[in-house]
Amino acid sequence: MMAPERPIDDLDRRLIAETQGGLPLVAQPYAALAERLGTSAGEVQQRLQRLLDTGVIRRIGVVPNHYALGLSANGMTVWDVADAAVARLGAEVGALDFVSHCYRRPRHLPVWPYNLFAMAHGRDRAEVEEKAQRIAGLLGEHCRGHDILYSTRLLKKTGLRIAA
Amino acid sequence: MTTCQLDALDRHIINELQGGFPVCDRPFAAAAERLGLGEDDLIARLARLVDEGALSRFGPLYNAERLGGAVTLCALSAPDERFDAVAEQVNGHREVAHNYARGHELNMWFVIAAETPDAIGEVIARIEAETGLTVYDFPKEEEFFIGLKVDV
Repeated sequence: MMAPERPIDDLDRRLIAETQGGLPLVAQPYAALAERLGTSAGEVQQRLQRLLDTGVIRRIGVVPNHYALGLSANGMTVWDVADAAVARLGAEVGALDFVSHCYRRPRHLPVWPYNLFAMAHGRDRAEVEEKAQRIAGLLGEHCRGHDILYSTRLLKKTGLRIAA
Repeated sequence: MTTCQLDALDRHIINELQGGFPVCDRPFAAAAERLGLGEDDLIARLARLVDEGALSRFGPLYNAERLGGAVTLCALSAPDERFDAVAEQVNGHREVAHNYARGHELNMWFVIAAETPDAIGEVIARIEAETGLTVYDFPKEEEFFIGLKVDV
């Protein structure tokens, strides 16, 4: 992804602050935003498009609530993958259609031997475990151990908070 | 939490509209046409899905790091007898965006999002001082994929 061509300016910040909780659910949402921001709909669209192009906005669409959708088993699967193979295998794990996030993160030995994190969601733990088995199959001999950390309680969840 | 009741069209919308919402004058009309329903119907369904909690929201998903901010995943091991008190101390920081209890010796996992990388270190130091616990920092070293591919 390219770096933003120019830094976020004040109007961008206000646009982000206005939209981080969602778009107005009206036929012309960008015109509604423009009115709140004291600018034109064209300007809003141009800025949103630029934020999309530069990766500041990952995507625009529905943000599902997994719990409410019955995907209540949320398993953070964690893997100890040989360093030499983790870049290649991480890309393969991330491409699996049931993995929503996949990152390489540091180990904290001896407490934490795992360096690959892949989030899997399912209707129950059996479904998450079945998915973890598929990841294990893909990693094969390069994986020295793994664990699945289920969320037992959501303690806090807020969106991104940017001050206008 | 009770599971939301969705009909086939709700599921179609959730599966197909996780990205790619158009940036144009009448984006709901354009998206609705692609999904095979009317503009008003799409808007009404999205409003209902947000109201009922099936969707956290409808709109842009921002990448905090691209805004010049910094994000990390942290974990700590909270003793059972003061788990809730520790959760309160952790959640008390506005930079803590998500926090989950998880079944592991490291039983509390939270995301810190701050304006700068330095600010992340300060939040971690404050949480360690307040709780007396070690906070393990798991900054992302490589991202292989991000995007929700929820299939309902």
